Amino acid sequence: MREQPSSSAPKQSKMPILKLQNVGKAYQIDSQKLEVLRGINLEVKKGEFIAIMGPSGSGKSTLMNIIGCLDTPTSGKVIFENRDVSQLSERDLAQIRNQKVGFVFQTFNLIPRTTALANVELPLIYKGLPAAERTALAKKVLEQFGLGPRVYHFPNQLSGGEQQRVAIARALVTQPVIILADEPTGNLDSKTGEEIIKIFQDLNRAGNTIILVTHNKNIASHAKKIIKLYDGQII
Amino acid sequence: MDKLFETFKLAIITLRANKLRSLLTMLGIIIGVTSVILLVSIGSGLKGYITGQLQGLGSNSLFVMPGNLEIKPGGGGAGGTPGAGMTASKFTLNHIRELSQGATTLQAVMGYSENNGTVSYGGESETLQVAGVSYEYPQVRNQYPTQGTFFNASQQEASKKVIVLGATIAEKLFGNEDPTGKKVTLSDNKFTVLGVLEKKGAFGSVDMDNQVFIPFTTALTTFDMDKVQSIWIQAKDSTQITQAKEETEKILLRTLKEDDFSVLDTGSILSVISQVLGVLTLALAGIAAISLIVGGIGIMNIMLVSVTERTREIGLRKAVGATPKIILTQFLIESIVLSVSGGVIGIIFGVGGSLAMKRFIPTGISLWSVLLAFSVSVIIGVVFGVLPAGRAAKLNPIQALRYE
Repeated sequence: MREQPSSSAPKQSKMPILKLQNVGKAYQIDSQKLEVLRGINLEVKKGEFIAIMGPSGSGKSTLMNIIGCLDTPTSGKVIFENRDVSQLSERDLAQIRNQKVGFVFQTFNLIPRTTALANVELPLIYKGLPAAERTALAKKVLEQFGLGPRVYHFPNQLSGGEQQRVAIARALVTQPVIILADEPTGNLDSKTGEEIIKIFQDLNRAGNTIILVTHNKNIASHAKKIIKLYDGQII
Repeated sequence: MDKLFETFKLAIITLRANKLRSLLTMLGIIIGVTSVILLVSIGSGLKGYITGQLQGLGSNSLFVMPGNLEIKPGGGGAGGTPGAGMTASKFTLNHIRELSQGATTLQAVMGYSENNGTVSYGGESETLQVAGVSYEYPQVRNQYPTQGTFFNASQQEASKKVIVLGATIAEKLFGNEDPTGKKVTLSDNKFTVLGVLEKKGAFGSVDMDNQVFIPFTTALTTFDMDKVQSIWIQAKDSTQITQAKEETEKILLRTLKEDDFSVLDTGSILSVISQVLGVLTLALAGIAAISLIVGGIGIMNIMLVSVTERTREIGLRKAVGATPKIILTQFLIESIVLSVSGGVIGIIFGVGGSLAMKRFIPTGISLWSVLLAFSVSVIIGVVFGVLPAGRAAKLNPIQALRYE
């Protein structure tokens, strides 16, 4: 049941950013108890590039939501930077999501009728950064992804690849300790998908910690470590 | 503070993105606020005008009207039987004589009647109000002839066919010509013009200078009446108005029954009119306020739609760090901006409308109605925004992100 890397943990001196201890998630639907996750143990260290794989319904997304503090487990413990997530308030969780986690979604989830720049600025608004600083930072990150000429474009004026790059810029702009990507290439053609995966590899090389959820083997093969999930358990 | 400004900016952007929808949503509030302000300003304008007019008559005026009008100052308003004002008059010249000779507290006792008649001179003719009054009229109303004279006591006594013109009708019939001494025709009788009264202005759209004055004694014969319509009394002293009223009643009761007449003073007329107008204004404003509530429900409806439409956006905002409080504030501000914009537009329309109507009827914009309308629209924004905003704030981010 226990995943391999944790046994070799002593060799690595780095402190884990994230530790999942015997995490389970169950839903009560009418009289039936639906166990989505069971006994998950996982450690994520700084600079790792992990792919979580599994067929649909295996609990990948739920696991990612728990890692990203969007969801809380029904059993077990999630330790995020030495803090027990279950002890935190809604407000603290929002703050962790804002400053420590960067989300990238399959459907990009950019806010319509809002420029690329404003979309990237969004997490910085919630962080409470002053307007000028915010805009400068967001522009810098967008330029870094080759979107300099596109900052004032609206999402519907951008291609799928461009939209996903804006979304990655949004995830990265707060300099999070962990980037979570849920099927980031799922809505893209294979060529654009490769480009996006390359961006994640580059980001990882630059020291970012990345967790990628996918059911695509080719995509997963770019990660340094693959975790396979089946029926709510790591196999 | 900065965050609040950002949410405010965001609300404006969102509402501008749906211009037509926002405008239609505001419409209920606009109509409500406009009509509340308009109705209150008409009501208070009318009240102010009538009060001014009655006070212009002097606080020492008494009016003897036919029938039992039972107006009690500050009491339950106008009682009496319906159509009490239509009761046939039983006042004769004898009553006027008895009052003016027998009473010690009265200064002037005047017969008064109003009839419609056609006055013509040369080729011009005009149908207007013919007032039958007493020779004391100019002093009592403080309105004196600018040309010629008013009729005197002996002309009144003798029921002479003499006439005094209002400024408007004099202008119409005679133009620049001096009407004094000319003969005009009124109800097939020739009347000699004695003079022209100074301008007194209009009562709303009714021109008070477009009437003519003849002795009330002459009016009886001209219009074939055997009774005087009403009696207008000036008391010697406004502080003795109660005594004057009692004395008048005592003298009239010698020959008339209690239900045959009512003696009214300006104070009691004033209080009844302001009471009636006050209730009317409130009732109309209340009806208008219903449209404010309807408008508020409209806002709530559109905000609920907006929350549903933007479920994914809400989910994303939560995922990148928005707390429920921030989401709540965002949607609450949006609904407040909607209702307050509606309120401000309504205030502009209401104030503009009552200024425009001032040319036709007296209006008085009251500051309290504007302030009330504004605060009511803020309250509506909050009250009807809380439910949708609360719903948005409570959304589960995971489900919201998956929402199709």
